[in-house]
Amino acid sequence: MKEILGQKIGMTRVFMETGEAVPVTVIQAGPCPVVARRTVEKDGYEAYQVGFGSRKKQRVTKPRAGQFGKAGVEPTRYLREIKFTEAEFEVGSRITVDAFKAGDRVDVTGTSRGLGFQGGMKRHNFQGANKTHGQSDRWRAPGSIGQSSYPSRVFKGLKMAGRMGKERVTVLNLEVVKVIESENLMLVKGSVPGHRGALLKVRTTNRAIR
Amino acid sequence: MKQIAQVEQAYMRDDLPPFGSGDTVRVHVKIKEGDKERIQVFQGTVISRRGGGTGATFTVRKMSSGIGVERVFPACSPNIDKVELVRKGSVRRKKLYYLRDLTGKSARIKEQLTDAQKIAAGGAASAAAAEAAKPKAAAPAEAASSEEEKSE
Repeated sequence: MKEILGQKIGMTRVFMETGEAVPVTVIQAGPCPVVARRTVEKDGYEAYQVGFGSRKKQRVTKPRAGQFGKAGVEPTRYLREIKFTEAEFEVGSRITVDAFKAGDRVDVTGTSRGLGFQGGMKRHNFQGANKTHGQSDRWRAPGSIGQSSYPSRVFKGLKMAGRMGKERVTVLNLEVVKVIESENLMLVKGSVPGHRGALLKVRTTNRAIR
Repeated sequence: MKQIAQVEQAYMRDDLPPFGSGDTVRVHVKIKEGDKERIQVFQGTVISRRGGGTGATFTVRKMSSGIGVERVFPACSPNIDKVELVRKGSVRRKKLYYLRDLTGKSARIKEQLTDAQKIAAGGAASAAAAEAAKPKAAAPAEAASSEEEKSE
């Protein structure tokens, strides 16, 4: 399994040699310096703690600065644990986008855009109601939310209007269209969660390759 | 955004001639049939150019046996073999969707002439006017362009 941290840059359209137009998301993936290593002996599992982005030295807390200093890497904005089983990395070395190549299948995890308070139709795909047939003011209403004297309450977890988005979302099995090593860029077919500049985790897909 | 432009750079096409709304163009389109490839020509008036970067498209409209046909081409598509500029059109807006409601004579677009062509046409027209008695001497095309000359 390969994994890397990245940042969503935005979407565009590219063309294949066949003339086919492909919608792609541009992701700036890595370079991710390895700050620490988790091992089975010490921590009970295998992982790498890696950084991504950059942060001014004076903006880093002292304990963090110690961690970065020990690994001998520049302070980074994000610090996350990733799994990477296909290659070994020393603490202080960097995981870069050339771990991936065009044609790979990846899963992309991120935090979806916050959409604020939204009604039931947008948030849970409710049907809404008729605009006509004697109705007024009811065409986006949720309808009945329960029964009557029994149970005399609304069940917990009932789908209703409320805050939408800003949750962890993983998009599975996206195709890597192109990797531009010199710019640390990766082009992935289709859309990925989050706003521009959002932190993303890109990993080899765990879906069976058809 | 800079990075997007950088990515798009590799896919942009700069070999197409500059053309805009109102122009008549011949678009040579590559068509794949099985493993054979041939080229089909679509000639018509450009009625719209939209978008930027690799997502830009243009719309070409033509009348095909009395029926209006419009085709939208991605401006950076490798399926476009080449674009020939047949005639520059003089129009007053960027989107010529009003042509959809017009047919025949009213759907014509005046040709946009270069300065050199205008002078040549204007000179001929004024020479014709000097003859005074028979202004019909000026060719119809030249008469049309001399109107342009006056408005300036």
